[in-house]
Amino acid sequence: MLVDINNLHISFRSRTGVFEAVRGISMNIGAEKFGIVGESGSGKSVTARAIMKLLPNNAVIEADRLAFDGIDILAADEKTMRGIRGKRAGFILQDPKYSLNPVKTIGVQIAEAWYTHKGGTRREAMQAAITLLDQVKIRDPKAVAALYPHEVSGGMGQRAMIAMMMAPDPELLIADEPTSALDATVQAEILRLMEDLVSSRGMGLILISHDLPLVSHFCDRVAIMYAGKVMEEIRAAELNRARHPYTRGLLECIPSLLQPKEQLAVLNRDPAWMNP
Amino acid sequence: MTTQTFREWALDETPSSRRQASWGRRYRIWLNLRSNPLAMIGLTIILLTVIVSLAAPLITVYDPGAQNLYNKLAFPSSEHLLGTDELGRDVFARILYGGRVTLGLVVAVVILVAPVGLLIGCISGYLGGLADTVLMRVTDVFLAFPRLVLALALVAALTPGIESAFIAISLTAWPPYARLARAETLTIRNSDYIAACRLTGASKFRIILRHVAPLCVPSLIVRATLDMSSIIITAASLGFLGMGAQPPSPEWGAMISTARRFFYEQWWVAAVPGLMIFVSSLAFNLLGDGLRDVLDPKQT
Amino acid sequence: MKRRAKTLAGILSSVFITLFGLLVVTFLIGRVIPIDPAIAAAGDQAPEAVIRALRTEMGLDQPIWVQFYRYVVQILHGDFGASNVSHNLVTSDIARYFPATFELAVLALLVSSLLGVPLGVWAAVRQGRLADQVIRVVCLAGHSLPTFVFAMLSLLIFYKTLDWLPGPGRQSIFYTDMVPVFTGMITVDSAIAGDWDAFFDALAHMIQPVCILGYFSMAYITRMSRAFMLHALHDEYIITARAKGLSPATVIWKHAFPTVAVQLVTVLALTFAGLLEGSVVTETVFEWPGIGRYLTNALKNGDMNPVIGSTLLIGVIYVSFNLLADLLYRLLDPRVR
Repeated sequence: MLVDINNLHISFRSRTGVFEAVRGISMNIGAEKFGIVGESGSGKSVTARAIMKLLPNNAVIEADRLAFDGIDILAADEKTMRGIRGKRAGFILQDPKYSLNPVKTIGVQIAEAWYTHKGGTRREAMQAAITLLDQVKIRDPKAVAALYPHEVSGGMGQRAMIAMMMAPDPELLIADEPTSALDATVQAEILRLMEDLVSSRGMGLILISHDLPLVSHFCDRVAIMYAGKVMEEIRAAELNRARHPYTRGLLECIPSLLQPKEQLAVLNRDPAWMNP
Repeated sequence: MTTQTFREWALDETPSSRRQASWGRRYRIWLNLRSNPLAMIGLTIILLTVIVSLAAPLITVYDPGAQNLYNKLAFPSSEHLLGTDELGRDVFARILYGGRVTLGLVVAVVILVAPVGLLIGCISGYLGGLADTVLMRVTDVFLAFPRLVLALALVAALTPGIESAFIAISLTAWPPYARLARAETLTIRNSDYIAACRLTGASKFRIILRHVAPLCVPSLIVRATLDMSSIIITAASLGFLGMGAQPPSPEWGAMISTARRFFYEQWWVAAVPGLMIFVSSLAFNLLGDGLRDVLDPKQT
Repeated sequence: MKRRAKTLAGILSSVFITLFGLLVVTFLIGRVIPIDPAIAAAGDQAPEAVIRALRTEMGLDQPIWVQFYRYVVQILHGDFGASNVSHNLVTSDIARYFPATFELAVLALLVSSLLGVPLGVWAAVRQGRLADQVIRVVCLAGHSLPTFVFAMLSLLIFYKTLDWLPGPGRQSIFYTDMVPVFTGMITVDSAIAGDWDAFFDALAHMIQPVCILGYFSMAYITRMSRAFMLHALHDEYIITARAKGLSPATVIWKHAFPTVAVQLVTVLALTFAGLLEGSVVTETVFEWPGIGRYLTNALKNGDMNPVIGSTLLIGVIYVSFNLLADLLYRLLDPRVR
């Protein structure tokens, strides 16, 4: 098992009190494509960041077990974590406009990820960065490497982000809403690129999204989260046979071209889902 | 109404009147501020200084101007708590009465300047165009001088004295308020509820006065509190350079200026007003810093 | 390219308007607000005839806009008039006194930024912890400190009582006027001349004023660095940098700091201009023969030409440092370049 989560709780302390964002979830993820779906505030992003231990200082993480490839993350110190972050698990954020450093060129940022974990000279690292940019199908990698993030489009920025996280050859890629900030036409390309890279390198992928059909299309298994809990975990191919009313509700809200409906269903949230 | 019921009334989650809602908001701000020890220290010092200087005649029997040449430059004693100055005047009494001068000046400047700056900034930011350009160029010119230097030159052109100091400090103090109010206005003016006001036919001035200006007030209060500390310093510097309050006025800066001549021998005569300037200015800074955390969280 | 030229033209035109505004304000202060500048210039004991002659000579019988025109023409020709007390030209006085202030301000800026920036970064990284609270109080105290009191106390302790540091003034009497003048800055001049005794003497004299001016501006620099860093540390690219497995030091200094460094350039430029203001009071206490003491001496004598001259000079320096900061910002930040 790459990621082993058992009864994970995450809460945030603030001046006004404690807010519990994740309330006891469990999942086991191997070298597969695993999707986590939920609306905003369901705790999916927080869960992903907890695996990397990238939560702000006021977050409290508790779990019976939270491990990456057998390493206990709750007990791991900063140094151990640095051996996991980047090197063994990459993390792709939502919007390249904010997640790339605005005052460093794309090439420098990718090269940095490479030599931090693989060593070597800056020149070799820059060469590797250009090769990586080529692998994420950027047409003129040498020119793009010299650009600043604000000079490229969102799709290209996200490709650069993927290249950066692929640089140290990690075993797992966590993508937190990687396409939500992009144009609809670019979304599919980016996802297909990620899928290609992940499959060809035999990596694990955790894809976090609010888009249920999209996730089920690209993933092997899907966990559906609501209000800090996992409602249902199901094989993506069997999504039509989902039993949980929340999942069913979500599916019914989606308009379909093949089976047009007079009126789309409205999701009725059952308070009982909060405390199953 | 007892405090307990006021607390419940103010913290009611579903206020039944506008008044209750706004008191609830104020009370919550106060509760937040109260949890900041540094800000409370600042507030306590300010209140103490105000009370003590207003109640000066009740606290000391000495007249701040009464000279006693037989007992000059006396070391602090039970008779004269902080000693006497070069003319035998009681330093403690002069400190207390001096507080009136300093605090009076500070309050007068802020009361005059903050609303003017607010109005100029809001008008400039809301109307935009030519009015904005002209008003902002004028503030630029005033901001182009260091405050103390411009105040000094102005006082020199008038006649040195507390009134001139007031005019000079006021003239140099308003531009930052205008700048701040303008920046706030620019973020507010394109919001949907301002558009809604406009659609209901509210006039420009009604929008500025009733909808834009009140939203600029919190950050302006923070700014004013922090500004009071620098006004204290500017006023004291003017006094120290002989350009502010004139002797025999017990203004703290002017006291230091005269005591400077014999500072190496009788240092306490200058050190006490110096300490007062520092403490009162620090108090306003502490309070302002705490207020900023509460009222203007995006600034921290 | 065209857009850049346009913004440059916009900046320059606003600078010119501001400079023109400076002229208007100084004109008002020097010629309009005083009830009778002629009496102010000649002294109130001067005979009526002298004052009347002076009034004609100063052009006070002309309409105000003619007076203003003459004033602007004079200033543009570099004519700031002469002091009524020493009868020296204001321009030559300023040339003599300014290097002393410049020397002080540069050293103070160096000290305050070398201390202030790391302190601010540290406070931001340790936000809410003890170090942050201590730094916060130290900075607030720096903002609240009347520099003249601090300067007097420092002299009392380190000069009069402990005798560790030299007293007021720029040099010991022994070295006065011994160093050939190149720049007017004694440390630089003595270094050029190779006179190291004079160099260290001058440096020792600078310790107290530099520390006092430096503390005041350090408080400002620290506060601004802390605020900028806090902002940067909350940005998403910091998460990216940490997710790459970089060390905390690399994240702070190579990812967060470069994005705020550009803003800090602006802060440093403003600090330097602010140091000129601080020098007015500090120089008075330390009897430092700089522009600040020149200004206050002239103020005491009601000598308006030097007052206007030095006020205008400080204003122009203020504006040009703002301009410099603006241009540097545009040059250094890839986002606006």
